[in-house]
Amino acid sequence: MSGSEQFLDVSIWREQDGDGHFQQFAVPRRDNQTILDVVAWVQQQRDPTLSYRFACRVGMCGSCAMMVNGAPRWTCRTHVQKVAEDNHLQIAPLRNLPVIKDLAVDMDPFFDKWVAADAVFEPSQTRHDPMAPIDPQDPMRVAASEAIECINCAVCYAACDVVAANPDYLGPAALNRSWSLLNDSRDAGQAERLKAVSGEGGCHNCHAQQSCARYCPNELNPTVSISGLKRATAKSVFSWGK
Amino acid sequence: MIRPHRSHSLWYAFLLHRLSGIGLALFLPIHFYMLALALTDPAQLDGFLAFTDLLIVKCAEFGLVFLLAVHMFGGLRLMALEFLPWSPRQKTYAATAVALAFFISTSFFLQAM
Repeated sequence: MSGSEQFLDVSIWREQDGDGHFQQFAVPRRDNQTILDVVAWVQQQRDPTLSYRFACRVGMCGSCAMMVNGAPRWTCRTHVQKVAEDNHLQIAPLRNLPVIKDLAVDMDPFFDKWVAADAVFEPSQTRHDPMAPIDPQDPMRVAASEAIECINCAVCYAACDVVAANPDYLGPAALNRSWSLLNDSRDAGQAERLKAVSGEGGCHNCHAQQSCARYCPNELNPTVSISGLKRATAKSVFSWGK
Repeated sequence: MIRPHRSHSLWYAFLLHRLSGIGLALFLPIHFYMLALALTDPAQLDGFLAFTDLLIVKCAEFGLVFLLAVHMFGGLRLMALEFLPWSPRQKTYAATAVALAFFISTSFFLQAM
């Protein structure tokens, strides 16, 4: 270890069986170091019992999101130099989800809400029908395409204060997926979907704080989708169910 | 303290809308009570109206007009967000709501002086 080597002051949340605290680590600072690199270094060099979740390491799988200095981030694509404050990092499990151990959260409530928001494709045709023509310039298709690149990382869900205040709220990701399907001309489940997204925990809970859009790593804007759902449900009321 | 994930302009716009709404909800019952004095106790109302000539009360009125204006323009911003086709200029709209509220409340204050 050279004398000129710089170290990061890293606090990592450790939790097991509901008992949690931050543990300090000094981690060598490197050029182009990501938050996931820091967590992996601690697990490989200091404490092999540290639990966290990751898979692709290139921003595709959506597995590695955590709270970094109080904000939700995809850790594999977040550089230390972008988020470190005075050489300090605080790394915690994603907000609004139950902790399994250390930095790994239980994603079940997040994905259960995708099902509750009817964010599942309902085919209107069978494999024996000819392929449905889709015009890429069609306004509905454009709206669907803008919402479709979600990687299910739950960063928006962790950023949302409405989810924190109302555990029944479906959340930005599930509603964003419902909006992309609502704009899919091949889908046959639109009436049920509008009911699912306008219920007690539905889109009308959103207060348009837009933290979901602020932190989405893929630069999607779930607030656009949620406001689209609000308009669609309001329109369905005034069309008297037609 | 504002937690780190909330430190962005549109969350502050949400907070301002909520706080201005709470401020107006607290003010309006007092306002209506004072107006009711015109019917029930005009002498007490006259005494209160003389009190409003004080500079500190005029400053408080500036605050009230600001709350009213920022809540109105903030509300219009939210209605546009929910019922009009989406615009990417949400931060501009929030800043415009605050600027218009300052313009109206400052104009009121200068005229009241």
